[in-house]
Amino acid sequence: MNKRTKIELAIVAVIAVILIFVLPALNASGAVSNFTINVWGKYLCYAILAISVDLLWGYTGLLSLGQALFFALGGYMMGMHLMRMIGDLGQYKKPIPDFLVFLGWEQLPSFWVPFSSFAFSMLMVIVLPAIVATAFGYLAFRSRIKGVYFSILTQALTYGAALMFFRNDMLLGGNNGFTDFKFLLGADVRDAGTQRGLFIASAIVLIAVYGFCRWLTTTKFGLVQRAVRDSETRVLFSGYAAANYKLFVFVVCSVIAGIAGALYVPQVGIINPSEMQPDKSLEIIVWVAVGGRGTLLGPVIGAVAINALKSWATRAYPDLWLIILGGLFILVVLFMPKGIVGLPAQIRGFFAKRKSTETPAAAQPSPTAP
Amino acid sequence: MSQKPFIISAEGVNKSFDGFQAIRDLNFYMDVGELRTVIGPNGAGKTTFLDLITGRTKPDEGKIEFLNTHDVTKMSEYEIYRLGIGRKFQTPTVYTDHSVFENLVLSLEGSRGVFRSLFARLNSTERDRLDEILKTINLGSHRDRKAGALAHGQKQWLEIGMLLAQNARLLLVDEPAAGMTDEETAKTGDLLLSLVGEKHSIIVIEHDMTFVRQISQGRKVTVLHQGHILCEGPVDEVQNDERVLEVYLGRKARAA
Ligand SMILES: Nc1ncnc2c1ncn2[C@@H]1O[C@H](COP(=O)(O)OP(=O)(O)OP(=O)(O)O)[C@@H](O)[C@H]1O
Ligand SMILES: [Mg+2]
Repeated sequence: MNKRTKIELAIVAVIAVILIFVLPALNASGAVSNFTINVWGKYLCYAILAISVDLLWGYTGLLSLGQALFFALGGYMMGMHLMRMIGDLGQYKKPIPDFLVFLGWEQLPSFWVPFSSFAFSMLMVIVLPAIVATAFGYLAFRSRIKGVYFSILTQALTYGAALMFFRNDMLLGGNNGFTDFKFLLGADVRDAGTQRGLFIASAIVLIAVYGFCRWLTTTKFGLVQRAVRDSETRVLFSGYAAANYKLFVFVVCSVIAGIAGALYVPQVGIINPSEMQPDKSLEIIVWVAVGGRGTLLGPVIGAVAINALKSWATRAYPDLWLIILGGLFILVVLFMPKGIVGLPAQIRGFFAKRKSTETPAAAQPSPTAP
Repeated sequence: MSQKPFIISAEGVNKSFDGFQAIRDLNFYMDVGELRTVIGPNGAGKTTFLDLITGRTKPDEGKIEFLNTHDVTKMSEYEIYRLGIGRKFQTPTVYTDHSVFENLVLSLEGSRGVFRSLFARLNSTERDRLDEILKTINLGSHRDRKAGALAHGQKQWLEIGMLLAQNARLLLVDEPAAGMTDEETAKTGDLLLSLVGEKHSIIVIEHDMTFVRQISQGRKVTVLHQGHILCEGPVDEVQNDERVLEVYLGRKARAA
């Protein structure tokens, strides 16, 4: 383990303790507001999502512009369970979700039935993104669709899915999606204690995902993964079926995104098809680029920093947010290619260069001075 | 003829790129344990021939068989590799962002499966072998450097090391001496000669005639011209062949 990794692990350990123990304790004692916990819980979910994007983009060279789809799919699976947990406390006081009553349903459609089970729903949080990713990835990678074509295709996939979910006859709430959640595991979802629990769960998942990715990148798999990123053709001539490696990462990342989405939905209290819109996926790319691509800490920092900025900017300058985001992306691409994480090294490099150009200039007068 | 299998045999192979015939009616046979040198002027189709063997390009016509049993024209690049066919490219292609050692790890023979790669650990025999190879290719002190930071000649060596790690049955070596000093070139020749035998058959493509003499040592040399085999035989014979003098050494012969 080199020095940089050690420093990073130390930072992560400190963050882990703060997130899992300190903040929840401060919240329980009233020192940290419920609002803060709720907002930060959301950021943690975004951070998990950002790591999944970077594992694809920064480590494997797959710029997926459809990662929000898997996030939303995970969210929908959790949402379906939460809808079932409303029971007959909805507006219509019927044992099925309100929007189904509105659409004229008397009984629960059969595919909704198993979502009464928490275990089944959690299984689907993992299984559905995995199935979609496997089917899509298999076709795309087998046909050797690469680079920008892959990006466009993933964007088309998420757009197509959004259009589908907007339809009422999908029986998934149409453009309103799911909201007005009441209970999760017997507890009131809006209760401060439940939200704190969700915050802790998000923190644990974030740390676990970070650890998993850290491990993955140090295995031989990680070596092949980076080789695919740098020179995919050469990889084939080293005997590796690059398509299988890409498919594996793609599926793993879709599952990670799905889990993030499932944690996100009960914390924001709503899920609808706008979460799958193409611009959502693009936003994640900006988080990763700003934080630092090809690192595991970078996406986390990027996701939190930009969303904190967004919370402030959408209140202060609601009309300018997209311009700020776009401008930030351009600035980072042009002047900070390694993102926030790469900044210390970049600054050191800058001063080292300044020094080396200055020294001869400063040394010049000295021979003539005496 | 059918008794002993050919390590590689090509029959009636044709390949054209946008109407340009790069390989024309190529018939090529090579025994197990042979070291064959292929020479020919620029654009003769030498590299294209290796592309056809390794699955980088597919022929328009003809078949190419490995050990008389596997038609490589119907296989993908990594499947062909797994038969035991390894290649060193004309322009050195190493994994530039990986360390020298990692390049060798990636090339080391063994499982190529996704799930195995998750839990693969180098055992001490493998580690020793890679260290041995590092010594052979003279990159021991560059073990942890990024391959992209190596000099051109060192990259050539690294790619040869990758071939060694693979332990291929058939080694395809495209212009190994380019960018090397005379001394290094001679060393490359010795290395190739030390490998050739029942376990390793080698095709070497080369322009440098001193090097060709060193490694062919009276073995068969194939002259490729406009995608077709012009003649085959020991280097002295080939160099005095009328047709070869005409097309390959033409200008030189006339000047002399
Ligand atoms: N993928 C390709 N697409 C188009 N043309 C190609 C392709 N590969 C090779 N060619 C053409 O085929 C011809 C043979 O090229 P090849 O690289 O096989 O020659 P070579 O004998 O290796 O030459 P050199 O000694 O310069 O390496 C050249 O005219 C080249 O331009
Ligand atoms: Mg060539």
